[in-house]
Amino acid sequence: MDPSQPTPSQEKRFVTFRIWRQQSPDHEGRFEEFKVPYRQRANVISSLMEIQRRPVNAEGAVTTPVVWDSNCLEEVCGSCTMNINGKVRMACSSLLDRLTEPIVLEPLRKFPLVRDLVVDRSRMFEALKQVKAWINLDGTYNLGPGPRQSPKDQARMYVLSTCMTCACCLEACPQVTLGNKFIGAAAISQARLFNMHPTGKLNAEDRLRGLMQEGGIQDCGKAQNCVQVCPKEIPLTTSIAAMNREVTKQVVKDLFFQDTEAQAASGPA
Amino acid sequence: MAAGRFTVVGGGLAGLMTAIKLAEAGQHVDILSIVPVKRSHSVCAQGGINGAVNTKGEGDHPDIHVKDTLRGGDFLAEQTSVKGMCYAAPGIIYLLDRMGVTFNRTPEGLLDFRRFGGTLYNRTAFAGATTGQQLLYALDEQVRRYELAGLVTKYEYWEWLGMVKDETGRCIGSVAVDLRTMEIRTFLAEAVMLATGGPGIVFGRSTNSVINTGTAAGRAFMEGAIYANGEFIQVHPTSIPGEDKLRLMSESIRGEGGRIWVPKRRGDPRPGKEIPEEERWYFLEEKYPKYGNLVPRDVASREIFHVCRDLKMGVGGRDAVYLDVTHIPASVLDAKIKGVMEIYEKFVGEDPRKNPMLIFPGMHYSMGGLYVTFDPGANNEPIVGSPKNQATNIPGLYASGEVDYAYHGANRLGANSLLSCIYAGQIGGPAMIAYAKNAAQSSTAAGTKPFESAKKQWTERFENIRKMEGDENPYQLARELGDVMTENVTVVRYNDRLKKTLEKIQELKNRWSRCNVLDRSNNANRSLSFVNQLWNMLELAQVITFCALLRDECRGAHFKPDFQLPQPKTRDPREDPEWMNAWRSQRDRWLKITLARYDKEQPQVTYEPIPTPVIEPEPRWYA
Repeated sequence: MDPSQPTPSQEKRFVTFRIWRQQSPDHEGRFEEFKVPYRQRANVISSLMEIQRRPVNAEGAVTTPVVWDSNCLEEVCGSCTMNINGKVRMACSSLLDRLTEPIVLEPLRKFPLVRDLVVDRSRMFEALKQVKAWINLDGTYNLGPGPRQSPKDQARMYVLSTCMTCACCLEACPQVTLGNKFIGAAAISQARLFNMHPTGKLNAEDRLRGLMQEGGIQDCGKAQNCVQVCPKEIPLTTSIAAMNREVTKQVVKDLFFQDTEAQAASGPA
Repeated sequence: MAAGRFTVVGGGLAGLMTAIKLAEAGQHVDILSIVPVKRSHSVCAQGGINGAVNTKGEGDHPDIHVKDTLRGGDFLAEQTSVKGMCYAAPGIIYLLDRMGVTFNRTPEGLLDFRRFGGTLYNRTAFAGATTGQQLLYALDEQVRRYELAGLVTKYEYWEWLGMVKDETGRCIGSVAVDLRTMEIRTFLAEAVMLATGGPGIVFGRSTNSVINTGTAAGRAFMEGAIYANGEFIQVHPTSIPGEDKLRLMSESIRGEGGRIWVPKRRGDPRPGKEIPEEERWYFLEEKYPKYGNLVPRDVASREIFHVCRDLKMGVGGRDAVYLDVTHIPASVLDAKIKGVMEIYEKFVGEDPRKNPMLIFPGMHYSMGGLYVTFDPGANNEPIVGSPKNQATNIPGLYASGEVDYAYHGANRLGANSLLSCIYAGQIGGPAMIAYAKNAAQSSTAAGTKPFESAKKQWTERFENIRKMEGDENPYQLARELGDVMTENVTVVRYNDRLKKTLEKIQELKNRWSRCNVLDRSNNANRSLSFVNQLWNMLELAQVITFCALLRDECRGAHFKPDFQLPQPKTRDPREDPEWMNAWRSQRDRWLKITLARYDKEQPQVTYEPIPTPVIEPEPRWYA
C-alpha cells in the first residue's frame, strides 16, 4: 500500500546515528552508534522503530532498544521533542534526507532525564496552572453559544492555541535551567491567548498575577530564541511583549488603585 | 452518596469529558493515561465536529443528522444513542465554543460550518484543520482547573493492565503500571471508565498514534467484556503512506473543494500539474454526481482500490491517486485547512497548493469495540443519568469513545467521532455516578484482598515477561501482524485470505511465547510493557478477523466481493422488486450486532438483532 516503495538497491545504504544512552539520571550517559538501512521518506522516529526491531549497535553488539517519547507522528501532539544534530525539534518531522550524518540524537537538557531520550516536562503543565490558562466556565450544561468573534480575532487566537507544549521554546531559552522556575514562553503565550478571548478577559487579572509570581515574565531575558525554534511558528516574542505591557499596567494599577477599588467594592461605609 | 472515587482510563476527548462530568458533580477522579493527556490521540482529528446547527439556511435538523449517520453506518449503529448524540450535538458545539475553542467564524462572528462526507449539509464546525487538537486542549484546560481544585488526580505515563473484581464479578478497580518506574499498583474505584481509543496499531501502520494498540480493550475482552462488531474497520480514503505511519489527509480537504482524480491514460508519466483538465478522470464525481468527492469513506476507499488494483489506473501504475486543491486560492486553503497543508509539505516535501497530492487509503478507525448498553426514554434517546448508559456487560465497567461499539455501525461518517466521544463522556460520567449510588455497597466493602491478589498476579506476569529470552523480537512480530492485517482485513476481504490470517495470528501467538523482552531493567522499560500489550493486540486481531470471516455479506466498511448483492436493474434500487427481495433477505440474515466473547481457543460469536425504534433500515446508495 505504499507508493514510495523503496527499490532493493536503496536498502543497501545505511544511515549512521549517534544516540544518547542513559539508563537513569543516576547512571553515566554515553553515545551509542547505530547503522540503520536507508529508506525513502524515513524520519528519526521510523529509524528508532527500526532499531527496536533489530537492537544491535554499529559494533554489532546486542543492546536494549532506545527509549523515546512519541505519539501522533504528525507534529501535533508535542511528544517527540529532542535535540537533533544539536538543534531542538520534533523527531517525527525530521526527515533523514534533510539531516547531515552522523545524525546525533540527544534528550532535552533543560528537563530532568528519565531515560535515554525521555525527559520529564511536567514543569510546563504546572506553568499552565500558574497562569490559569483556561476559561472559567460556569458549568458544562447547555447555556447557548459563546460570544461572537470576528474571523480576524479567531485567526490570531487560533495560532496561539496550536501550542502543543512540546518544550522547544524552553529548551532554547537561556533563562530556563534545570533547577529554576521560569515558566517560559509557552505559558506566557497561553496567558495572552486567554486574555484575548472575550470570556477569558473577565479573569485577565488572575493570569497577570500568575505572570508576576516567582519564575514569571520578569525572568525573560529577551534572547528571542523561543520564536525561532517554535515548530508551530507561534509569535512567542509578540506574546511576551504584549504580556509585559499588561503586567506593567497591572503593577501600576495595583500600586495606586487597589485600596480605592477595594473600598468601592465593599459598598457604602 | 458521599463523594466517591472513580477511575477514567484514557485522556482523550471521551475520557476527559467523563472526568469533567464526574468532577463537576463533586466526585473524585483518577485519570490513568499512557501519555500526558494533552498528547492523546484525539489531537489527530482534523476536519471538525458535526452538529445540525443550521446556520446556512439549508433547513438542516438533528433528524437529518440522525438519518445521515444511520444510513452512513448501513443501519448497524445503535439507534437510540445516535439519536441522543445528534440531538445533543448543537449544544455540545456551543459548550466547546464557550470553553474557548478557536472555531472558524463567519463574517458576522458566528460559528462557521463546512461540508463533510455522507451528507449534503454544511454541518461541520471546525478550527482550521486541527479541530481535534483544539477540542482536546479545551477539555484539558477544564480538567486542569479541577486538578488544581483537588478533584482530579492525573496518573500520566501509567498504563492500565486489567480489572480488579470482587467475588460477584463486579469491577471494583484497576491494576496499572507506572511506565517510568515500572511500579505496579491498584486503584480502587466505584466504577471504571475505559476511554482507551481504537486499535489502529494492530494494523501496523495506520493513521493512528503509536499508543493506539487496543491493549486495554483486548485485555477487558479477555476478562469477560463483550466485544461487538469488531469486523467493522474504517479505512480512510486519503492518507500519505510513510515508513512509520500513514498520515491522515483530512476529509475537510474535499469538504473545501478538493477533487480526486487519476490520469485518463494509464501510466501517464507527466507530473500531475502538467496533465490538462480533459485528460483527468474524476472517477468519484463521475460515478456519484450527487455526493461527488464526499461519498462516505467506505465507498471512496473501495473506489480508489478498484481504480488502482483492478483497473491498474493508479498514478504511475502505483497504489496512489491525486487529491487536488491547486484550483483553490492559497489564502482560502491557509485559512481553513492550513494544518493538513503543512503536514503534506513537511512529510512529503512538496507544496500541495501548487502540486496535486498523492494519496492512498489507510486504516483509520474501528467502528466496533466494547459492547455497551443504553437506557432509552420515551423519545428514544438515552435517559441522561441512567446507570445503564455506556455500561459494558461487566458491572462497574464502562466504555466511551472509539473503544465503544455503538455510534457508527458499519461505517463512521467524518466529524462524527469527536462528537460521539464527547457525547459518550457526557452521558457516561453521570451513568457511573448513578451506578455507584444504586450499588448495594461501595467498592471498599470487598476489603483489600481482591486488590492484593490482583497486584500479585500482575507483578508475577511482568516478572515472567522480564525473564523472556527467546529468539523472537516483539516489535518484529507486531510488524508481521500489521502487514497481514492490512493486506487481508481492510478494504477488500476474501474468506480464504481471512482463514490464512487467522492461521498467521495463531502462529504469532505461538511465537509470542518465544519472545525476547530485549530489556530487563526496571526503569522506563518500554519493551517490557510492549510484550504484554502485544498479546492483547493478537487477541483483538483474532476477534476482528474471525468476525470478518463469519459475516458473509457486504455492509459499510465490511466488503466481501464474493457476497455482493447483484447490481439493481433500476437507478433507484427500491424500484427493482427482485433486488429488494435479495436486500430484504440479507437484512433479515445479517442486520445484527456481532457479539464476541473470549474463549481460549477462539472467540465465541453470537448475533443479536438490532432494535430500530428510530428509523427503519433501507437500502443504502449514494449514486
